[in-house]
Amino acid sequence: MQRFSIGLLLITLAGLPLVAGEYFVNLGSQILIAAIFAASLNLLVGFAGLTSLGHASYLGLSAYFCAWLSSKMGLGHAVTAPAALLLTTVVGMVFGWIALRATGLGFLMLTLALSQIVWGLAYRWVSVTNGDNGISGLSRPSPFGIDLGVSNHFYWFALIATTLCVLLMARLIHSPYGASLRGTRDQHRRMSALGFNVWGIRWVAFVVASFFAAVAGLLYVYFHKYIHPSVMSVTVSAEALLSVIAGGAGTIMGPLLGALLVVVLKNYVSAFIERWNMLLGIVFLVIVIFMPAGIKPGIDALLGRLRRGQS
Amino acid sequence: MQIWVIQTLNSLSLGGLLFMLASGFALIFGLMRIANLTHGALFMVGAYLAATVSRAGYGLLLAALAATLLVALFGGVVERLILRRLSGNAQGQVLATLGLSFVAADSCLMVWGGDPIPIEAPRIFQMPLRMFGLAFPTYRLFVLAVAIVVAIGLYVLIERTRLGATIRAGVDDMQMARAVGIPASRLFTTVFCLGAGLAGLGGALGGPILNAYPGLDADMLPLALIVVILGGVGSLVGTFISSFIIGFIYTFGIALVPDLAYVILFLPMVVVIAFKPEGLFSRSAT
Repeated sequence: MQRFSIGLLLITLAGLPLVAGEYFVNLGSQILIAAIFAASLNLLVGFAGLTSLGHASYLGLSAYFCAWLSSKMGLGHAVTAPAALLLTTVVGMVFGWIALRATGLGFLMLTLALSQIVWGLAYRWVSVTNGDNGISGLSRPSPFGIDLGVSNHFYWFALIATTLCVLLMARLIHSPYGASLRGTRDQHRRMSALGFNVWGIRWVAFVVASFFAAVAGLLYVYFHKYIHPSVMSVTVSAEALLSVIAGGAGTIMGPLLGALLVVVLKNYVSAFIERWNMLLGIVFLVIVIFMPAGIKPGIDALLGRLRRGQS
Repeated sequence: MQIWVIQTLNSLSLGGLLFMLASGFALIFGLMRIANLTHGALFMVGAYLAATVSRAGYGLLLAALAATLLVALFGGVVERLILRRLSGNAQGQVLATLGLSFVAADSCLMVWGGDPIPIEAPRIFQMPLRMFGLAFPTYRLFVLAVAIVVAIGLYVLIERTRLGATIRAGVDDMQMARAVGIPASRLFTTVFCLGAGLAGLGGALGGPILNAYPGLDADMLPLALIVVILGGVGSLVGTFISSFIIGFIYTFGIALVPDLAYVILFLPMVVVIAFKPEGLFSRSAT
């Protein structure tokens, strides 16, 4: 039954370009990229119980590696894509080792500090990153001769990538490793007493999360054909975190829905006013204060309270 | 020679500003276990308020006083209205302060616009001090002096007063402190006001050096975080020393290798975390 509904959902999503215009197809691509990114952060926030505030670093690093290798080194897509994924994952290994020296709030502060350093570096290291000008003039790849420069093609490509990533992550969560990861989230002392290497389990989750964020980063740079330091800012990390928390941390589908909401909200709001950061902050406050378990349980609880008030 | 003197003084004044920012952060974090991510924004608000008040003709010192009090008041309101509702939910509190920092930063952008606002140093500090054939920028010496006075004041407050004793008790064991009748609620609000006020003071005094500009919050918060990570929580001396370490590393990093100043900042953090993750001067370690 579940398989059937997922298949139906995928067919519907794949059919979108047949009925919707180019604007919506591009919006769809952006949502898919944000969905991979949010799902990767969910591995940490939802399943490992580690709130990271620096996840944008990995999306940005992957995009920058790809952009730098192709624009300054002149390498082709067949090299830049795996190289960007690999390099970003290596950075994730190092940063994970540093950040996981602490847990809880210490972990959060370390991830934030590390990501701000990377962000500052992207602005200041002008000879490599072009600083505030960003790196432009990039191209999309053409795997198997299919030109991803066409919006519809790119959308289908992103849909396949998202499906693969989410399936892989779901598989990981339901594996014995995933069970041990959730164990370290809920009962780290007991897990440790049972002989599990709690630190190692968390570190692996961190590295896997940075890998999938790197996949999102690749798609990001392909989509925009341009990269700017602001992609590594706290705002981007916070958007992903909001997607995870609003959708429901620790569920597979929740963060995907959260990403949909955040991207749609951002696009619509930006069309009318320039106050996205303000709105993001307010939504954050509202979710944290009134709906800590996510939007769906939050609305259910609110409705329940209303009904009880009426009767 | 002159360039080294200037850079040293720049480092010392940045260290002083970082101390005002980070000591407030560490105080709040130590007592209430809240990583107040609004702290960078409070610093920026302090700078903007000082810019407005000093441009109205009241002079920087009065402006700094006003900024300190207003930001402290704002901190108290935030603690009472928002953070209190989330007590016991450490992650919720951090995320609330993060959301608040976006709101505060965007409000500053709305009110004061996107262009940097320069702030004039008080006239008496505008002339450099000439000694030994070298010129010392007076205002930086003044900032350093204020930071030292603040540090001594905080030390006396925490180690020698009744309020300080209750703060120390709360930092060490909150449950026990409550049990012996320390009014935790009032203490939390007081400390939050104090920490926020220190950030506001730092922002106001930092104005003539850094200017008030959008993004000042994002530039200062990571430095404060690194200071706290380096110095360890609950140690005023640690915060003081590591503020100046970071002040020096950052200033000389920018002067010598402008491209990579941020990476150099990263190194002491990695070394400390690798060998002494609880911070250089952490109290719980002893």
